[in-house]
Parts: sequence; structure tokens; C-alpha cells
Amino acid sequence: MTDAIQAPLYLDEAATTPVRRDVLEAMWPYLTGTFGNPSSHHEVGELARRALEDARRDVAAFLGARAAEVTFTSGGTEADNAAVKGIALASTRGRHVVVSAIEHPAVLESAAWLARQGFEVTEVPVDALGRVSVDALTAVLRDDTALVSIQHANNEVGTVQDVAALSALTAERGIPFHTDAVQSAGWLDLDVSRLGVQALSLSGHKLGAPKGVGVLWVGRRTPWEPLVHGGGQEDGRRSGTENVASAVGMAAAVRAPRPDPAGVTVLRDTFVARVLAEVPGAQLTGDPQHRLPGNASFVFPGRSGESILLDLERRGVVVSSGSACHAGSDEPSHVLTAMGLEREVAQTAVRFTFGSAVTSDLLATAADTVVSVLG
Amino acid sequence: MTDPLPAPHRPAYLDHAATTPMVPEAVAVLTEMLGRTGNPSSLHASGRAARRVVEESRELIAERLGARPSEVVFTSGGTEANNLAIKGLFWSRHAQDPARRRLLFSAIEHHALLDPVLWLGKEQGADVVTTAVDRDGIVRLDDLRRTIESDPGSIAAITTMWANNEMGSVQPVDEVVAMARPHGIPVHSDAVQAAGHLPLDFAASGLEAMTVTAHKLGGPIGVGALLAVRELELMPLLHGGGQERDVRSGTLGAPLIASFAAAVDVSVRRREAEATRLEQLRARLVEGLVELVPEAIVNGPADPALRLPHVAHVTFPGCDADAMLMLFDARGIEVSTGSACTAGVPQPSHVLLAMGYDEESASSSLRFSLGHTSAADDVDRVLAALPEVHARASAARAVRAR
Repeated sequence: MTDAIQAPLYLDEAATTPVRRDVLEAMWPYLTGTFGNPSSHHEVGELARRALEDARRDVAAFLGARAAEVTFTSGGTEADNAAVKGIALASTRGRHVVVSAIEHPAVLESAAWLARQGFEVTEVPVDALGRVSVDALTAVLRDDTALVSIQHANNEVGTVQDVAALSALTAERGIPFHTDAVQSAGWLDLDVSRLGVQALSLSGHKLGAPKGVGVLWVGRRTPWEPLVHGGGQEDGRRSGTENVASAVGMAAAVRAPRPDPAGVTVLRDTFVARVLAEVPGAQLTGDPQHRLPGNASFVFPGRSGESILLDLERRGVVVSSGSACHAGSDEPSHVLTAMGLEREVAQTAVRFTFGSAVTSDLLATAADTVVSVLG
Repeated sequence: MTDPLPAPHRPAYLDHAATTPMVPEAVAVLTEMLGRTGNPSSLHASGRAARRVVEESRELIAERLGARPSEVVFTSGGTEANNLAIKGLFWSRHAQDPARRRLLFSAIEHHALLDPVLWLGKEQGADVVTTAVDRDGIVRLDDLRRTIESDPGSIAAITTMWANNEMGSVQPVDEVVAMARPHGIPVHSDAVQAAGHLPLDFAASGLEAMTVTAHKLGGPIGVGALLAVRELELMPLLHGGGQERDVRSGTLGAPLIASFAAAVDVSVRRREAEATRLEQLRARLVEGLVELVPEAIVNGPADPALRLPHVAHVTFPGCDADAMLMLFDARGIEVSTGSACTAGVPQPSHVLLAMGYDEESASSSLRFSLGHTSAADDVDRVLAALPEVHARASAARAVRAR
């Protein structure tokens, strides 16, 4: 690390974000003084219970939902598993499940598990920008479709789906619609009525809360089978001693002020324009318009994605090739290949993701580094 | 930052078996780690640093519990670990041989194991078979032997907790493993209450899988582990990115895991001295209770070798336990009527009923459980409050009986 003279520029916030200071401060009393088990019926337990229910109300307000519909989980993966498996298993409509081809593995692998349990799973295709069209979804819906799960925004390319338009199709047919909003939380409006969804997943650590906490919201009219059985906590929907400190942290994270999406979009577009102009052959992946403000992802055909990452990190810019869950694997991204990219091109992907701390200076430095490595 | 329970009002907390405060070492690690970032699956430096913390924590926990690092599967806690163990074992073993439909479990399992077992019976075609316990809350090996030998080929798995959370009774895990081994039947044990209080050696136990959780031994809520031998096939409960050798997907929380490791380390290293100290406090407590209320009955095994050092389960005949709990609570003394997970549910404990108690004695019993913050003063506050609490709770029961 001879040439890294300052703290690295961390542009991998889609993998995980630092815990916010105000979140840590909110959690602190529940890690120390108020340590009670919320299911205990004494004062320490009651204080923990009250904090948990306050946290639930805050998260419900963030989603425009009822507190009784909010379940705390161990993270986004558990929320996705519980939604996809739980709603499908409890469905009386039939045994057909629809997911998009670019879902996070937590959704895709849950669907694969359902397939082993005798469900039929259809992957609805996306276009070259990573969008699911109304026509594509209409074509795969059936009378026996038990669930549709389509993410709000993609973790690799940042493409945002028109969830309201898609959920209007399922609403007509009475099919529950789940959306994985892990990546869009903090950037996009997550009012569940406006989205028109029946279930939604959140993850704490992508919002400035710690790892180990997430949220599954399921509307009260949608039955679902719990994934974790036991003491019947969370109103029987998720057993296990409630992680009060983390729930309080999650609530603090959803209450926290957010960066202005329009402002970050302007900064992002400047960065993207420079990379496209100054790096020969560079291509933006994903949708230029319907896109998370904090995402700039590219492919650099003919280059080695792996060595670009190493060169950038050596010069103090920390990025990734895409999903952290697949890091280290030789397989090209299923998201990029579903969007029609050749395998070899998909292997040259580099993703820059950033959050509230980003400034035009930081992104200018990042662009300088990218140009010097690749220009 | 303000402490919501300033010192003069700090309760005498005798409910450590429900959850115990974090040890300072675990708090220090957690707060330091929460200030850093990094996804352990990312390839860059902050990801690698988080990965290193996770792997070093895995090694430390493995070493302290007599396991190999590769046998430690991190989960969100004991309940998830139990769900993974019993559902994963049932699904895998049943898929290998459809004749394996029976799941054997002791009658005194925690709900975190009991409920997934019953769910497998109700929804997934498992044939669930209870093993009886004796009056002290210890599994009856003769009953288990009969069940195994009636048809060993039909058994998918056996699960027996290491120590009971209500009674503190220690189970004959070695004998259960010895009975199962000749038939190649995997045995799981929920060691959530035992870890940190009894010497645990996963390799020596011969178990195929064992559950531990952080918040019962001074670590944070929200993290635990299933120790599982490598050759054990476990169908995952959580699918996704394939973390934790594909057995448990989900982003690993390096801060929670490091804090868990610190708590395991501290509790195992101090275990012997702490067990002696708590055994003495417990003796002071039960001797005092029986002296003040001569008809009180201390339940569970009398032999200290057969019970946890920090749990005392006591029946106060003719007294309403819920009333006693509230009267104690009003005096700043926190105890429990049993498992926190069923507290508030007006149902007599399935553990006590399995031990042969009637509903009347089950509803007049309290659990006192001690831990690392307990001192003689906590015990003395219980004993000072007891005469009045007992008198008022007896009167309440007498009025209700009329």
C-alpha cells in the first residue's frame, strides 16, 4: 500500500454502508442498560418491548403502512426468503411463482427451493436496460400464479422498475406482489400503497443501520407461512428473541435525513459522462433514466474486470464488479447476461455506488483515477 | 448518552436465563466494529478486513467450544440455528431415504425447537415422537432406547437439549449419542442454556450438530451459531448468496460475530470460577427461600452435577406465580415464571407438565436465574422482599379460590 496516501474512497455502498453515527447513538442504551428480553414481563423487559414497538411504528410510517404489518428479520435475505417461500406456501391460488430474471440471489434461490417443493417458477425477462415491461409480465401471469416477486431497483446496474405499473397487473388478478426494496430504500418513495405491493423487503445495512437486521412488510390481507418457528415472537410471524438494539437502529436509519436524489443524480451523470467520454469503449449498463441516483455501472469490453478493480483499489478507489455475494466467482453476472450482454463483456463489469457522503470533488477524483487506469 | 435506568432504580435482575447483559468485552468489540464498514463477501480491503474478523471469530468460537472452524455456521440466533438444524436434517435425511420420517425430541425442549418440530409434523409429513422425562426433568433413556430400537431405520434425527432452560436439568447427551451412533442416526442438541455455564466440547460430545447463542452468555442479541460436522447434509433454511458454506445465506454481520466471539471467549475462560461463585449465590438464595417459606419446593435435580449452577426453580404451594412476579417487579426485583418466550401466555409450562407436575403447581412456580452481574445484594433483596410478596400472593390466591 505504498501509493495509498489517504483514506480510500469507498464507492461500494450498494454492498454495505457504514453505520450512521445517529443510528449508533440510538442503539447504545439497548446494547448496555436496557438489555431486557422484550418477552419478559418485568420492567427491563417492558422497556425493551416499548422500544421495539416504537421502532416498528417508525418503520411502518416510512412505508405508509400499519405497525402490525411490520416484521423485523435478521436481514434482507431472511425477509426475501420469508416473503417468497411464505406467501407461496400459504397461497390457495396455485403453485406457480413469477420472479424477474435479475432478482437478487435471495429471491432467485428461494424460488429455486420452491421449485424443488413442486412449484413451477417462471423468470420474466428484462430488456437490454434491465426493465420488466408490462407486456412481458402480462404474458406470464396465470390463474394459478401464487406470487410475483420483482425488485424495486437492481443492486448491480441500478435499474428501477415501474413497480406501480407492474403491480396494477397483479392487483387486477388478485395475485400478491412482493418487491425487494433493499437497494431503493433511502432513495425512492417506498409508500406501499403508491407502489401497490402486498409485500416488501428492507435490509438495515444498506441504509446505515448495522448488519443483522431487516424488515419484511406484508399487508394484513396477504396470508404467509412463517419461515422460523419457535417462541412465537413478532406475533408468531418470526420466532427468536427480538433484536431490540438493531430494530431501534433500523428505525433511526429510516428516520435519518437522506441525500437529495436529484442532486446526487446530477453528480452521478457528470461522472458517467466523463467516464464514457474519456475511456474508450466504456459502456454504461442499466437504464440511464430509470436508475438509482447513487449507481454508476459500466462494462469495459476487452479489459479484465478483475485487474481494473485491483488497479483502482491500489489507487485508493474501492469499487466492486457487482454483487458482493458473487465476488470471487468466475461466473459472469446473471443480471448482465439477462440484459443480453455477452459473457466475456459481462466479466468486465465495474460498479460505483455511493451515498450521502458523496460530493462532486470525490467523484471528480474517482473519475480522474478511472481515466488514468483505463484512459 | 443517558442510561434509562439510573443506578438507584437499577433492578435486582434474576432473569439471566432469559437474556443476560453483555459483558464489557463484548460491548467494546461491538461498538468498535460498528464504526467500521465492509461486507465480508466483498473482495476489496474493507471487505477483506471484515472477512478476516469473521474468520478469526469463527476460529476463536470453535476453539473455545471444541469444534473445527469449518463446523461453525453463523446464524441470527438460537431459534434460527434450531430451525436450520431440525428442518435441514429432516429434509435432507428424508430426501435420502423416504422411510426416515420419525423425529425424536425430548418432552422438555425449548419452543425454538419444539415449534419447528411440530411444524414438520403438521406441514411436512414428519412423524414426531416425544421422549419422556423423569420428575427431575431428565430424559428417560429407557424410553428413548425403546423408541429407537422399535424401528431405527425410520428415524430421521434425534434432538435432546443439553440443559433445560426452566429447570436447569442437564441431559444425558453422551448416552443419547451412544444409543444413536450404532444406527447412524444424527443427534442435535440445543446447548443455548448450557454454553458458558457447563464445559462444552463439541468434538468429544459426538454430536452431529449443536446450537449456541450469544445473548445467553454475554454477547449481543441477533447472532448465534449451529455447530455442524462437515459431512452432515443440511438443507438450508435461508437461500441466497451462498454464504456460510451454502448452508446459511445472508450478509454476515462482522460486528455481531466478533462480539459473540468475545463473549464466548470470556464466558468459557471464566466458566469454572463463575460456576463456583453462582453455585454459592444460588445456595444462599434457595436456603433463604426455604427458611422464609418452609413449604417451598426446590424443583429439578438436587445433585449439582445434574443441573446448571445459576438456575433455581421453586414452587410456592398455594401462591399465584404471576402475582408474585408482579409483586417482585413492583419492588425492583425481576424474576420469571419460566421461559420468557411463553411468559404472558396463560398456559402452564409444557416442561413442568412433562415432569409430572399438575397445572396447580405449574402455576405457582418461579424461576430465579443468576449471571455475571449478580451479587449477594441481589439475592438479599429477593429474600428481604419475599415474606411480603409471599403473603400477598397467597392472599390473592385464597380470595380467588373462594
